[in-house]
This record gives sequence, structure tokens and C-alpha cells, in this order.
Amino acid sequence: MSQTILFTIGSITILGFLAAAILYFIASKFKVYEDPKIDEVEAALPKTNCGGCGHPGCRAFAEACVKADDLADLHCPVGGNPTMKSVAEILGMEVEERDPYVAVVRCSGSFEYREKVNVYDGSPNCTIAHNLYGGDTGCQYGCLGFGECVDACDFEAMYMDEKTGLPVVIQDKCTACNACVTACPRDILELRPMGRKNRRIFVSCINIDKGGAAKKACEVACTGCSKCESECKYDAITIVNYLAYIDADKCKLCRKCAPVCKSNSIHEINFPPRKEKEEKEERVKKERPERVKKDDAIETATLNSPVEVDVIEMVKKANEGESNEPDSDDKA
Amino acid sequence: MSLTINQTKTFPMGGVHPDENKFTADKPIQRLETPGEVAIPISQHIGAPAKPIVEQREKVKIGQVIASSGGFVSANIHASISGIVAKIDKVMDSTGYKRDAIIIKAGKDEQEWAEGIDLSPELVTTISLDQEGIIKKIAEAGIVGLGGATFPSHVKLSVPKGKSAEFLILNGVECEPYLTADHRLMVEKSAEIVVGAKILMKALGVTKTIIGIENNKPDAIQKMAELVATEVGMSVQPLKVQYPQGGEKQLIRAAIQREVPSGGLPIDVGAVVHNVGTAFAVYEAVQKNKPLIERVVTVTGKDIKNPSNFLVRIGTPVGELIEAAGGIPENTGKVISGGPMMGKALNAVDIPIAKGTSGILLIPNEESRRGKMKACIRCSQCVTVCPMGLEPYLLMTLTQKEYFERLESDKVMDCIECGSCSFTCPSDRPLLDYIRLGKKTVASLIRERNN
Repeated sequence: MSQTILFTIGSITILGFLAAAILYFIASKFKVYEDPKIDEVEAALPKTNCGGCGHPGCRAFAEACVKADDLADLHCPVGGNPTMKSVAEILGMEVEERDPYVAVVRCSGSFEYREKVNVYDGSPNCTIAHNLYGGDTGCQYGCLGFGECVDACDFEAMYMDEKTGLPVVIQDKCTACNACVTACPRDILELRPMGRKNRRIFVSCINIDKGGAAKKACEVACTGCSKCESECKYDAITIVNYLAYIDADKCKLCRKCAPVCKSNSIHEINFPPRKEKEEKEERVKKERPERVKKDDAIETATLNSPVEVDVIEMVKKANEGESNEPDSDDKA
Repeated sequence: MSLTINQTKTFPMGGVHPDENKFTADKPIQRLETPGEVAIPISQHIGAPAKPIVEQREKVKIGQVIASSGGFVSANIHASISGIVAKIDKVMDSTGYKRDAIIIKAGKDEQEWAEGIDLSPELVTTISLDQEGIIKKIAEAGIVGLGGATFPSHVKLSVPKGKSAEFLILNGVECEPYLTADHRLMVEKSAEIVVGAKILMKALGVTKTIIGIENNKPDAIQKMAELVATEVGMSVQPLKVQYPQGGEKQLIRAAIQREVPSGGLPIDVGAVVHNVGTAFAVYEAVQKNKPLIERVVTVTGKDIKNPSNFLVRIGTPVGELIEAAGGIPENTGKVISGGPMMGKALNAVDIPIAKGTSGILLIPNEESRRGKMKACIRCSQCVTVCPMGLEPYLLMTLTQKEYFERLESDKVMDCIECGSCSFTCPSDRPLLDYIRLGKKTVASLIRERNN
């Protein structure tokens, strides 16, 4: 009995050593040399695997850093300057400090400024709606409001504001990883420099229609009136296709452009409140009559084409001249 | 004529049979009054948009080229009314986006036609042009596939080197419910269509033509069969009433029992398919020198007063057609351009009629709503009805999960977007929406890889 036990233990021990020897031999024979610096660099990275640097994950970025001759083209937007500094230290290289970036939403057409002209009952997905038609408001460039950018964000730095129907970027959480920018089918989001003292000015609109058409579609659309362009002393504002764009590199944050914008499409962020501005806002509010939300809009849908459509106008036309109102039931 | 309706053929798998609702099958084609203003989009076809060659305030005549083809896969655009070019501006079209269009306002004077257009009603049967001449003429006349796909016809007629066409198949199936534009054309203009088919045969150098017509149009089958009885190499093939019988690949399979390979074109199996409407347009272009400036549009719906078939000028606002058919019913939920299966809902009624608009359909409110999406119950209905043998539920899931390589290997690019899957789904899942999204992404990935 005891002999059997001893024999078993003995044979398994011998087998174990044998296997270990084979494994040792193979491991040393087929060893793949990896620069130990890759591990070190990877450890210094934020390990979010977001792809914001343009590489498939943090490990690939670390490999690229170790291979590169200088770090000029490589930047981890999530870790920012401190991370890149420690990466440079590990590799014994130097790296220039970069301005941090943040995503901005270039659409301010909330419910009150952008009237709904038809009802969409297709799949609640921005890309599907975008491929299908111009959207349920008059503006074919504006936010569709299904939050694909919010879904794309790995850092919980965005949310949909229910009151406005527009996405909001939380500045402190945004890592400028570019995920929302690629997710948006309409190119509404843009990465802009965080700015001095986190202050920035940008045109929150991408409507390239002529002024009249843009204004008709959305009250806060940029009409390309070029008032801001002539106001700017630093040539930071250019107007292309009836749309103003502020070059962040040239902008000195003087705030002269925002008050002259009649449609309020230039946004200032993190500036101390300005007295005139408040007055202007109030004035604009007074001038603007309150929009009535169209609850009695005819809802629409179809068998296969998910769309849209509007029939509100058509039905209105049809009802003209008829005495009984179509929504009399709702009122009763 | 000993034509038995029972000799029907169909495609071998899938398909659905929605309610036909062909209210306008007996309504003769009426010519709609020339509108006072037209907006003619410069992109009414697949391919590069045409380039406008007229300027603001320029005087134009009917049939004059106002935008010239922007490449090989593109088509000329002609003025459909005479008058003055008011402006070239962005106008909402059936894509749901504002795109460039040429707006022409009719003058007070009489409508003037461009020179060289034969407006007499006599049938011209002798084809004087040669093969090249025909293709050139068709390209000049701006003819595109009038079945709805709007692919420039001269491209289809230019057979690539190393391939040869054997059959011309004329598509008179009109499998979309409600629509009767092709049906009425076959009944009223059958002789012209047959001459058009002969022109197409000459252009392609083929000797055999099959005209596929669904069984629910016995008058059209009868009429066409009588006419082609004396023609050499032409025959009419009655087909089972099954959606999507009019799909190019389905029609080829049903008519000549050949399967277009995955990723291939009909020419790979020696077939070229043209719509009967296109054949009529070809007749007018080649024999009468008349470019494509008008088309037959069915205006229909369950509650509309006078559902009708209209011959309308390209660029007429949809609203004018609806007015002519008795106005918009109060309970309208959706206005669709095209048929209920593949058509697209419009988001305004001032959208102009384009070359590819085969019908305007008004859906009542209660039928227009989409059901609420529920979970997939794995009933496999969508797999059963898919005429291309795909697995729609899987393609939708793969798109949602962004497995694009898998989507490609599961042949998402073979989807013909007929919508049978979404139509049949008991859980009201938007299968086709997601498949289209997947298709688009895979197509762009393939393009990226090839560049």
C-alpha cells in the first residue's frame, strides 16, 4: 500500500520536473524580445483603451511611443500633459506641453428655438434618422437628439438635457478622446482648446443655409451676417457658406463678438457675467414670442419607411374654410 | 390567344403578399395641367449630380437641356416647362434634405417646345439609328430607370468588355401595392413599349426579350401578349403575385431561371432588366426625339376622393397632384413617395416630382403608425420571407453590436432593401433600418479598403 503511494508521488514528481525542463527550454528558445520600456510606459498611461490617441488601445500607444524617435506626433488626450511628461521621462525624451482640448456642442437649437415640423417615429438612432432625412425640425444640420454621442462617451462626460433636447458636455470629465465627434453623423461636436482660465468662445451653429432660410429653420441659427467678423480685431472670425467660425488660435477672448450677434449663436463659456449681455438676453427674450408646442400635430409613421413627414401644414390647409376645428375633441 | 394564367413562375424563396389595394387599375392616364412653376432637382438619379448650364433669368423651352450630365454615371436634366429660370436654389426633395434645384417659372406666353421634338401621336416603328446612335440618344435624353432605382439607362446598355447580354427582360411586374403607373402604361401605350423594347434589343444586340408581368394585371398581359405574338424573339411571362417579384434579381430568377451571383450584376448571367416605363421613355427619345420631361405617377390612398394616374411634368409639386386627386383627406398620417413597401415618407408637400417618383400614397392616420418595438422572439419569420436568403434578425443584431466584418461575411451587401422582414416581424422590430445602417457602414469600409 505505502509502496504504491510512494511510487505515485515519485513518478508525478519526475513528470513535473520533466515538463518544467521542456517548458524552460521552449520558453528560452522561442522567447519574443519585448522592450521592458513598453510595460513601463503602459503603466504610466490611463488604461482607458478609448482610442483617443488614434491607436487601438493603450498598449499599442505605448509600443508606438517606445518605437518613435520623438514624441511630437504622439499625445494621450486623456492623461494630458502630466501623463506625457512621465512617458517622456521613462523614454528619456522631451515633450512639448499641449493645450488641453474639450468637446463643444455646435448646436443651440433647443425646443423653444427650433420648431418641430414633423413627427419621427422611426428607430431612435441618430445615424438612421440622419440617413433617412433632414430631421423633425426645419434645420437639416442641427442635433437630432437621440444621444449617440452620449452613448459613445466612455467617461460619462456627456448627458442629454431633457429640457433642451441637446447634449451637454461636462467639462471636468471630458478627456477630448474624440469618440463623440466620430459618433455624431452631423459633425456637430468639435474639439476646441480648453482656453485660458477654461474660457472659450465659439459659434454654436453649423447651419450653412442662406441667412433667411437658416433663421426660418431655427431662431438661434448663424445667418452669416458678418457683424462678428467686422467686430473682430484679430481676424479670428471667418465666414464661409453663410456660417461664422472662430479660429481658437487667433481668438484673444476679447468678447467683442458675442454682443453683436443678433441671433445669439456665439457662446461664451466660463466668463464672469457681463451686465450688458444679461440685458441683451432679456431684451431678446422679450422680443421673442413664446413658442406654442404643437401637441395636436398629426403623428405619422409607416409600414416600412420609418419616417417623418409632415402633414401638419397640409392638414391646416385642408381645414381652412371648414368651421369645425380638428382638435375640438381634445379641448372638450 | 391561348395564354393560361396558371403558367406562372416566381422566385424560389421568401416573399410576402401584402394587400394589393390597386384602386387605380382601371383609371386611364390623365394629363395634368402644366404647372406655373417647377423645381427641377439636379440630382434625380444614382451617380454624380448634373451640372446646371443655364443662368438666372435665362429663357428656356420645353425639352431644353438645363443641367448636363456630371460624368458617365449621371444623366442630363431637361426643362419640363417653358419660361424663365427664376433661380437655382436649395429645395427640399424626396431625400428629405434641401438640395440644389433649378426653378422655372412659366411665362405668360404659350408653352414653347425646343426644336426637333416630334409631338405627333403617330407610331413610328422603323428604327433608323444604329447601336451607338441609340445609346447616345438615350444618354442625351436623360433617361434613367423609371422603376424607382433611377440608374442611368445608357450605363446599363453599355455592356462591359468580356461580357455579353443574351436576354432583355422588361419589368412590368409592379409588385408594390397601390401603384398602377406601369400597369396603365402597358394597357394604353403597349405598341410604343414594344417598339421601345425593340430599340433596347438593338442597342444591346440581343435577340430574346421577356416581358414579366404579375398575374393581377390580366388586361396588360392580354394586350402585351397580343402585340408580341407577331414579333420574333419576344414573349410575355405571367408571374405569381408575390412581393418583391419586381426586384431585378427575383425577376431574372423567375423569368430565365438564372441566379445572379452574390455581389454580381445581372449582366453576369447575360440579362439586362429595364422597366416598361423606361422602354416607353426610350421609344419617345429615339423615335420622337423627346427627352424625359414627364412621367406617369399614381396618386392613391384609401380615403382620397379620386385616386388617379397622372402624366405629370418633372418638377411639379406633389401638392398639385394631391389637389387634382381631390385634396388631402383630413385623417392623413403620412404622404409617401413611391409604394408602401419601399417608398419614403415625405416631410413636406411642396416637394417636386422627380424622375423616380412612381406614386404618391396617402396613408390614413391609424395605418401610418409604427408599432412599438418588442423583443425578438426568434420566430424566424424574417428569415422565411427574405427573398435573398439572408438572416435579417442576425444582421440587425450584428449592426447594433458593430460587428462589421461578420456583417460583410454574412452578405449584408446582398440585401435588396425590399422590407419584407420589417413587414412581417410580429415584434415590430425595425430590421431594415438597422440593416441599411450596417450596409452603409460596410460599404464605406469596403471603399476604404480598396483605396
